This record gives sequence, C-alpha cells and structure tokens, in this order.
Amino acid sequence: MSKIIKNLKQFSTSNDRFEGAHLLCPGCAHSIIVRELLNCTDDNLVIANATGCLEVCTAVYPHTSWDASWIHIGFENAATAASGAEAMYKTLQRKGRLKDPDKPVKFVAFGGDGATYDIGFQFLSGAVERGHNFTYVCLDNEVYANTGGQRSSSTPRGASTATTPAGRVSYGKKRYKKDMVAIMAAHGAPYVAQVAPNKWKDMVKKYQKALATEGPVYINAMSACTTEWKFPSDKTIDVSDMGTDSLVFPLYEIENGTKLTITYRPKNIIPVRDYLGVQGRFKHLFKKENEHVIEEMQKAVDEKWELLQRREEAGV
Amino acid sequence: MAEKLKLQEVEVWDGNMAFAQAMRQAQIDVVAAYPITPSTPTVHGYAKFLSDGYIDGEFVLVESEHAAMSGCVGAAAAGGRVATATSSQGFALMIEVLYQASGMRLPIVLGLVNRALASPLNVNGDHSDMYLGRDAGWIMIDAFNAQEAYDLMLMGFKIGEDLSVRLPVIINQDGFITSHTAQNVKPLSDDTAYNFIGDYKEVNPMLDFAKPITYGAQTEEDWHFEFKARQHKALMDSSKVISDVFEEFKSLTNREYKRVESYLMDDAEVAIVALGSTVESAVQAAKDLRKNRGIKAGVVATRVIRPFPIKEVAEALKNVKAIATLDRSAPGGTMGMLFNEISAALYQSESRPVISNYIYGLGGRDMTQADIKEVYADIVKNAKAGKLVTPLQQFSGLRGPKLSFFN
Repeated sequence: MSKIIKNLKQFSTSNDRFEGAHLLCPGCAHSIIVRELLNCTDDNLVIANATGCLEVCTAVYPHTSWDASWIHIGFENAATAASGAEAMYKTLQRKGRLKDPDKPVKFVAFGGDGATYDIGFQFLSGAVERGHNFTYVCLDNEVYANTGGQRSSSTPRGASTATTPAGRVSYGKKRYKKDMVAIMAAHGAPYVAQVAPNKWKDMVKKYQKALATEGPVYINAMSACTTEWKFPSDKTIDVSDMGTDSLVFPLYEIENGTKLTITYRPKNIIPVRDYLGVQGRFKHLFKKENEHVIEEMQKAVDEKWELLQRREEAGV
Repeated sequence: MAEKLKLQEVEVWDGNMAFAQAMRQAQIDVVAAYPITPSTPTVHGYAKFLSDGYIDGEFVLVESEHAAMSGCVGAAAAGGRVATATSSQGFALMIEVLYQASGMRLPIVLGLVNRALASPLNVNGDHSDMYLGRDAGWIMIDAFNAQEAYDLMLMGFKIGEDLSVRLPVIINQDGFITSHTAQNVKPLSDDTAYNFIGDYKEVNPMLDFAKPITYGAQTEEDWHFEFKARQHKALMDSSKVISDVFEEFKSLTNREYKRVESYLMDDAEVAIVALGSTVESAVQAAKDLRKNRGIKAGVVATRVIRPFPIKEVAEALKNVKAIATLDRSAPGGTMGMLFNEISAALYQSESRPVISNYIYGLGGRDMTQADIKEVYADIVKNAKAGKLVTPLQQFSGLRGPKLSFFN
C-alpha cells in the first residue's frame, strides 16, 4: 500500500523505518534517498544492502538503523541477496508457511555506484534477467566514497578522484560515465527511472510506482557526496538542484524498455559549467588548458537531452 | 504439494543422482545453482524433478557460483531450507560467500563434487576444492561412494539445521569416480527420508516482520573476535550432534557412520589415512595384503573433516607403528593437509607412530592397487625400522623420475 504524502509536513511526520541515528556524513544525500523509499509505503520490507557507505554507516553492531528486515552479504551481491529472499518468499507463500500471508512484502536492494556499475554489474544483470520482483536503487555518488574516493565507471569525465587525480598532465578521469539507466532498460525491466532527492515528490512518485510494479525495477538516484564532490555539507540540495537544472542528471523514466517519459523540465536550464563550478572535484577544469573538457561535457549533456526528448516524442 | 516418487528397494544411481534424490526428498525451499562439471548432473536431476512436479520449492538459475551462494544466503536468511551443488572453479568463486554463510549461521547444505583446480584446467576428480574450503567455517563431511553421498546429504540437513548447530554443511564426493559411476543405492521412501530430516525450524527469519532483523552487520575490533570465537565453538560442539545424527540414521537404516571410520584396524600395524573413493581402494588393497602377504594393514578415514575429529583419529591410530597419509591435493609448499592434521592429533597422544605423506591422484590420475600396495610396502619398512626410512613426502603415481621432499 502506498502512503499518501502530499507535503513536507506529512512526509516529515511519517513513521521512520530508517532511523535518524546513523554514521553517514552530515550532508550526505543517501539518507534522504533511503528514508523516502522506506517511508513511502506501509508494506513489509526486506532490504538487501551492498557493502558501501550506507551499509557501514547503518549497521555497526550492536546498533542498527533499520526497523525493517535487512541483509548485507558483500559488495557485489545485493541484487542476488534480494533474489534469494524473494524466491524464499514465493516458496513459503506457495507452501502456506508465511506468518502474515495477507500483508504485501516488497524486496528492495540498495547499492552505491561501485556496487552497481562495477563489481555488482553481473549480479544485477542476472537478477533483472531472471525477473525477480524487486526494486534496485543505486545510490549514485559517482565515486567509491567509502574507500576514499576512487573512480568508478559512474565517475563523470573530468572528475579528479583518488585514482584519477588531476595533475600536471591529467585533467582527471578520461572516460564518460556508463549509462546504467539505458542498460537496465535494455534488459526489458518493466520500470527504470532516474531520481534526485531535491525533487522529492518526483522521487516518491517513482518509488511508489516502482514498488507497485510486478518484476524487476531499477532506480538510479543522484546522491550528491559532500566529501568526494567537495562542497559544503549544507549545500547538498543546492548542488542537487544544479545537477537536475543543468540536465547533467535529467529526471525521466522508461517503462517496459521503451516508453520514455521526461518527468522534470527545468524552467531555466543552467550551464553545466555552473554545476561543475560549485564542486571541488572539477576545480582543475577551470584552468585554461582544461576548459575544453567543460565544453565537451556541455556538448554531451546537450546531446543526451536532445536524445531523451526525441525518444519521448517518438515513444521509443 | 509436490508429488511423491515411489523408489525401488535398490536403485542404480550415480553419486550425482544420489545427491539430487536426497535434495528432492528434503523438500528444499530454495536451490540457487549454476552449472559446472562434474556436479552438473545433480542440478539436472533436480531440474527434472521440478519439471515433473516432484519439487515445489524455488529453483533460482543464477549467473555464477558466486551468485549461487549469494542467493542461498539471501534465501536462508529469509527463513527456509536451502541447498546448492558445485565443484572446483565454481566452489573457488563462491569462497567469499561461504565465509558469510557460516558467519551468519545459516544452515545451507552444499553438495561438493570434488574436482581439481586450474591451472592447468582439469575437469577430473581430486580434493583441491575440498581443501580450499576447509577454513570457511562449514561442517565438512566426506562420502566415499554413491550410497554414502545419498545418506550424508540427507543427514547434512538434519545436522546443520539442528538448533544447537545452525551452521552450513558441505557433503563431498569424488568427481566422476563417485559422481558418474552407477552403483547400487538403497534409498529411503520419500516419507521416511523427510520425516528423518524433519520440518525446517526457522531462527530469526527476515520474513518475520513482527521482529525485523539485521543480517550481516559490521563488527570491528570490539566484537568481531567474540563472534568468530562463538562460531568456532558452535563448529567444535557440532561433533556431538553429528554423532547423534549418525546414530539415529543407523537405527533407521542399519547403515553405520562414524566421524572417523576404521577398516581392518583391530590388529593393524600399518595404516593408510585417506579420503574419498580412495578409502575403498585402500581397504581392497589392505585385504589383499593381509590375505596374500600377511601384512597387518588397515585404513582410517576422517569421515568428518570439519570439525576435525582430533581425539577420535588419534584413538583410531594409537596402536599402529607406521602411517601413510594420502593427500589428493597439491600441498602448495608444505606437507599435505591430512599429514599435518593427523600428525597434530598424534603428537598429543602417548603413541608416536612414524608418519609419512603421499601426494597422489591430482587431476584424476588413478590410484591403482599397485600404487597403494607400494605405499603399504614403504610404511612396512618404516614400521620395521621404528623410524622414517622413506621420504617424508613423496608423489605417488607420477610419471617420470620419482619426486620426494624432506628426504
């Protein structure tokens, strides 16, 4: 059952199944993204969590932040942990062994971009192909934040990371970010979407749609990282706004692999340069010799936005 | 409800079918598996039972062995009976998750059809995979033929799921020699087998939402040690449950299992210690040597590899003068595992038989009767001399010049 959440007051007074007491950095977007998901439904939840910031900050024995069934196995296999639990649920339902057979149960997996784009890529692909009834949420902060800020295949071009540091002869990461939303849509998942915590109504709507969908769902959530993106910890929502308004993180959804809908159109599209300018990880791009990277990134963002609009228009 | 199968009093099954039938009778709730030689037919057999309506659990066909064990962990934590089967490289790939399964105290049963580890690539039977898993915190039991594979697979569920144990269990059998050789197997009826194992008893299931549970928490230097100590204690204490289950199985079937098996050991002066199908070969050779050569030869086998039956194995070997430990795994720069563990067991005892180590059968090389008799001939020399007069470690059945170490 979806909860009706119309305004921030209702949202803030909603029952917390993700407790505020955790060890995430002040200003970390993870907790916003996670709390909204847990609080947008009254259904029972089984949560699988990949190794990463969220996991190490919410389940340090003898404490737990989770007032829901929760499992962490390893870095790569959150989707498979959810698969196994969901398979057990189906068996017990069939055999009449569920304790509360009438109450719906939802299976959710959380993983960072390292766990999703890189080490757990195969596991996620397998789980989606098998058609398990679960929702996978990638907390996409574009870096291995928990291990000290190394590049992942989600790290954007031009970002300085611990393993692609900007230096005398390098402007940081050379390769563009992998397009996981497209890859998951190509699996034929019935529902995939990109969300951002600053657009929380859009996010809740997509979560509720995700949980109501039969079959595998992939949600890519922009999660601004105060530590590795290098911005002040009280600017998380501001930076996130610049991410969605510059269209670096466009918000859209794809149903059944093809039906693409853009869910947020910024009234005033801001330059990518402005989004980059508020983050320390892109500081070096503003040197004269690196300016071309900013121009190339703007071009890539424009082309992607054009593609999304054309796909929406064409319904493919 | 799954249909029942009517079985003959004696069936002709290979070891894989023995595993598959026992898994069917256990009415497993979730199997997550991935194909690999030589355990694949276990999974094929299980799949056919499912297709024919003899199984009503879920069968999750994952994309790797790592995912197979990950799915098993997720399913077991959700709360129900879980099993899988694998071999060799697949087992190596799931090693990370084996430690997580035992650390979370989930009684998953794994049928491990033993095979060599690459490189060079080899699909045949040796014990490299078995040895690889020995510190993973699982109960490890070894079947020497198809009947035992069937019996021990059934018992594996009962042992691991016991409320005082709650640990995962590996049942080993030899790749090809056991897994692909049709043998007579006396099965239990479906009802008798299931009733012997009993219904699955849930402990902290994730699907009990009245009591949300956190699985796989982080512990650092403040708690990790205490968790691992308790886990080790549970593994050590499982010996009693294993013996009790063996006893209960005997009263049901008249088939006897012991944590340490002894053959022809009453008056034995020399003994081979081995695992797998080699145990039966060694018993055959010992009988022959007794009859034709008057050599008082015996065989000891550690049926249970983890928890290692240190006292029982020392007791079984206390009266012999010389022992050969036969390890079917490349020891990687030291003595074979059986040599080390048997030596450790005997070092604490009154008797100090002469012990030597043979590496044999790697990648499926046959251990012939002649090879085994040569080993016995060596240890007869050691027994007569009252000290080691043969190499401490040597390779048996190797082509080319003799290879030995610590001469």
